[in-house]
Amino acid sequence: MENKNQANNTSLSPGEGQGEAKQEFNITVYTENQIGLLNRIAIIFTRRKINIDSLNTSPSEIDSIHRFNIVITESEEVVRKLTRQIEKQVEVLKVYYHTNADVVWQELALYKVSTDVIAEKVSVERLLRENGARAVTIRKDYTVFEATGHREETDNLIKILQPYGLIEFVRSARVAIIKDSEGFNSKLREFERLEPGEEVIENEYLNQGQKVFTM
Amino acid sequence: METQTITQEIGETTAATQPVSKELSGSEALLEALIVEGVDTIFGYPGGAIMPIYDALYDYSEKLNHILVRHEQGGIHAGQGYARTSGKVGVVFATSGPGATNLVTGLADAQIDSTPLVCITGQVFAHLLGTDAFQETDVINITTPITKWNYQVTDATEIPEVIAKAFYIARSGRPGPVLIDITKNAQIQKFQFEGYTPCNHIRSYRPKPIVRPQYIQQAAELINNAKKPFIIWGQGVILGSAEKEFKAFVEKSGIPAAWTILGAGAIPTDHPQNVGMLGMHGNYGPNVLTNECDVLIAIGMRFDDRVTGRLDKYAKQAKVIHLDIDPAEIDKNVKSTVPVWGDCKETIPMLTQLVEQRQHTEWLNTFNEYTRKEVEQVIHEELNPSTEEMTMGEVIKHLNELTNGDAVIVTDVGQHQMVACRYAKFNNTRSNVTSGGLGTMGFALPAAIGAKFGAQQRDVVAIIGDGGFQMTLQELGTIMQTGVNVKIVILNNRFLGMVRQWQELFNQRRYSFVDIQSPDFVTVAKGYGIAGKSISDRSELEGSLKEMLAHDGSFLLEVFVTKENNVFPMVPQGCSVAEIRLK
Repeated sequence: MENKNQANNTSLSPGEGQGEAKQEFNITVYTENQIGLLNRIAIIFTRRKINIDSLNTSPSEIDSIHRFNIVITESEEVVRKLTRQIEKQVEVLKVYYHTNADVVWQELALYKVSTDVIAEKVSVERLLRENGARAVTIRKDYTVFEATGHREETDNLIKILQPYGLIEFVRSARVAIIKDSEGFNSKLREFERLEPGEEVIENEYLNQGQKVFTM
Repeated sequence: METQTITQEIGETTAATQPVSKELSGSEALLEALIVEGVDTIFGYPGGAIMPIYDALYDYSEKLNHILVRHEQGGIHAGQGYARTSGKVGVVFATSGPGATNLVTGLADAQIDSTPLVCITGQVFAHLLGTDAFQETDVINITTPITKWNYQVTDATEIPEVIAKAFYIARSGRPGPVLIDITKNAQIQKFQFEGYTPCNHIRSYRPKPIVRPQYIQQAAELINNAKKPFIIWGQGVILGSAEKEFKAFVEKSGIPAAWTILGAGAIPTDHPQNVGMLGMHGNYGPNVLTNECDVLIAIGMRFDDRVTGRLDKYAKQAKVIHLDIDPAEIDKNVKSTVPVWGDCKETIPMLTQLVEQRQHTEWLNTFNEYTRKEVEQVIHEELNPSTEEMTMGEVIKHLNELTNGDAVIVTDVGQHQMVACRYAKFNNTRSNVTSGGLGTMGFALPAAIGAKFGAQQRDVVAIIGDGGFQMTLQELGTIMQTGVNVKIVILNNRFLGMVRQWQELFNQRRYSFVDIQSPDFVTVAKGYGIAGKSISDRSELEGSLKEMLAHDGSFLLEVFVTKENNVFPMVPQGCSVAEIRLK
C-alpha cells in the first residue's frame, strides 16, 4: 500500500533553533531488556513534572536490545539534560534526541465503524480510501479500518467518520526513524564488544547533519 | 609423608585456579561472593524474609563481622560511614517490608552523596510476589529513583553474577548505592556454585567517559592565561582517590582553592592555598570572589544550590572549566566553557603537566584580606566568645587542639554541622563524614559507628545537635553491644537551631515548633553502659574534651551552648554568593 507523503517539515514546531522555545522532541533510547527499566526511565520525566506525550517500546533489530521512542514537548536545553540523565542509567546503551524535522515518524490508528453504514453509504468508502485507510477486519456488524500517519492525519479521519457512527477508536504511540543515523545498526552492534570504539561510546547526540554533539 | 604433602599442594593449587564447583544455597553463594569482594563488615538487622541468609551467616561469622544495629536506618547510615572512611563498599542487610522501607532515607542520602553501598534485602517467596503477603513491599519500585542500580533475584543461580554486578556498579565511575532484593526461595534454593568472578564490564555501562585531550589542552590554555583563576573542589577528588594528584595541581598552578562540604580534607585545612569553604555558610572570600575570578576550575563537584546561591548571578564573569566523571553533571547547573569529562585521577595529572608553574600571590592575598575581615567580624567572636555561654565554635576549636586535626569528624545536620565543617581542622582525606546533599538529621550517630569500623586505627568524633541525636539515639545500643569506640559530642542549644535561625532572620522570630526538649542524655548513655558527662561551664570544656578522648571506650559529652546563636556568614536563599552576609 502506498503511504502518504513522508514527514515534511511542516510538522516542525516554531522555535527551532531559538534556544529556549519548546517544541516536540523525539528521544530514542537503546537499552538492555530488563524488568523495571521502563519505570527507571519514566521517573526521570515524572520527577521533573514533564509529561510524556507518547512512549513506544519494542525490541530493536538486535537481539536483546530494546528501543524506546519517547516524545515530549520541551526546550532543547531541558531535553539535552534529560537525555544525559537517561543515558546515565546502567542498562541504557545510548540516547539520541531529534526534532520532528530530523525523523520520519508514524502513528497507527484503528477505527471501528458499523458495516451497515459503509455498505449503505458509498461516500464513506471513498473517504476512507482518500485518507489512506485500509480494512483490517470486516464483520457483519462492524468493520475495522487502519490508518497510519501523523497525528493530524489520523485526527482528521476521526472527524470524517464521526458523523457516520464511529464505534471505537485507538491510536498507537509514535514510532520514529532517525533520518541522519546512517550506519547506526553497525554502531549498535559494536556495543557488544568489550571495548567499543571511541566514536560509539562518546556521549554524542546525532543532531542534524549527523554532527557529533560537542559542548 | 612427602608425597602426601605434594599432592596436597597440587590439590590446593588446582582448587585455587580452577573454578570450584560445589552445591550451595543462594544464601551461601551470596556470602561466598561477599568474601571474594573483600567485605569484612556487614551492618544489618534480621527478619523473616532474610532468615535463610542469617542462617548461613551463622557459619560465616568468623570471616564476616556482622554488626547488629537497632534500626535499619542506623544500619545503612553505618554502612555509609564505613564506606566514607574506608573507601570500600558498605554492605547492609535488611529484611523485606519495613526492613527495606527503613533503608529508604539512607539510600537517598547515599545516592545524592555518591556513597558506594550494596544493600541486600530479603523478599517474600517468589510465588507470593504481588499478593500483599506478610511483610511484602515493592522495594524495587520504591528504591528505583534513589539507587544507582537495583535488581530482584528470584532464582539462586543468578546470585553470583548479580552480586558481582552490584559491587562493580556501586564502586565504579560515580559511586552510588545498589540494592539487591532476594526472594526467600532463592535464598534457600540449592544450586551448583561454579565459583565467583568479580565483574569488570557491563556493555551498557560506561563508568568513565573517555578523556578528550583537546579539552585538557583548552583548559590549560585558559588557566595559563588567567589573571584570577579559582579552584573549587568537591568530593570527586576523594572518591577518585586523586588527593595527591590534586595537591600537585594546586601547588604547581599556584591557584587558590576552596572546597564544598563533602570535599573537605582532600588537601589539609592549613594548606596555604586552601582558602576555605564554599556555600551558604562557607567562608567570606571564596563566596565573594567566585564572582570576581576570571577562570573557575570546578573539580569533582556538582554546583549544588547551597554552593551557588542564585544561579543567574553565579560566576557570570568567569570562564568555567568543569572536571567531572559524570557527563550528566556537565552543564546541568552551570554552563561550562570547557568540559573535562573523565576520572579526575587521570585528568588532573594531564592538566598539571600543561599548566605553567605560577604563584598568584596578589590574588591569594585578596582571599586573605577577606579572611581577615571574616575573622574580625565573625570567627574571632565565635571561637573566643565574650559571652558567658559557650559557642559551638569554641568546642570545635578545642577539639582541633586536642586531636591535632587527625580525627575523623562525623556530623549530623544543622547549625552544629556548619560550625563543625567551618572550623574543624582536617589533616587527612576521608576525615569528614557528613550528610551533604540530603541533609539527613539522625545521620551522625550511626555513621560514626560505621566510620569507626571503616577506620579502626583512627579516632572518630561525632558532633551532633540535640535534635538530630534524638532521631537515631537507639544506636547507642549498637555501641553498647559491639563495644565500638566512638566519641559523641552533643552541642545542645535546646533548639532546632538552623530552623530557628531562619525563623529569626526571615520569619520575624516566629519560633514555630523549634523549641525542643531533650532527655538527660548522660543518663540515657548510662543506661546503655556508655560513660558520659554534661557541661555548661567554659572552665570544664578543655578538661572534659580531654577526658572524653582519653576514655577507654565510647564517651558522650553534652555541651550546653548559647541558645540563640546564628551561623554566619550566610548567603540567604535566593541571593547571589556575592551578597553573603557577615551578620
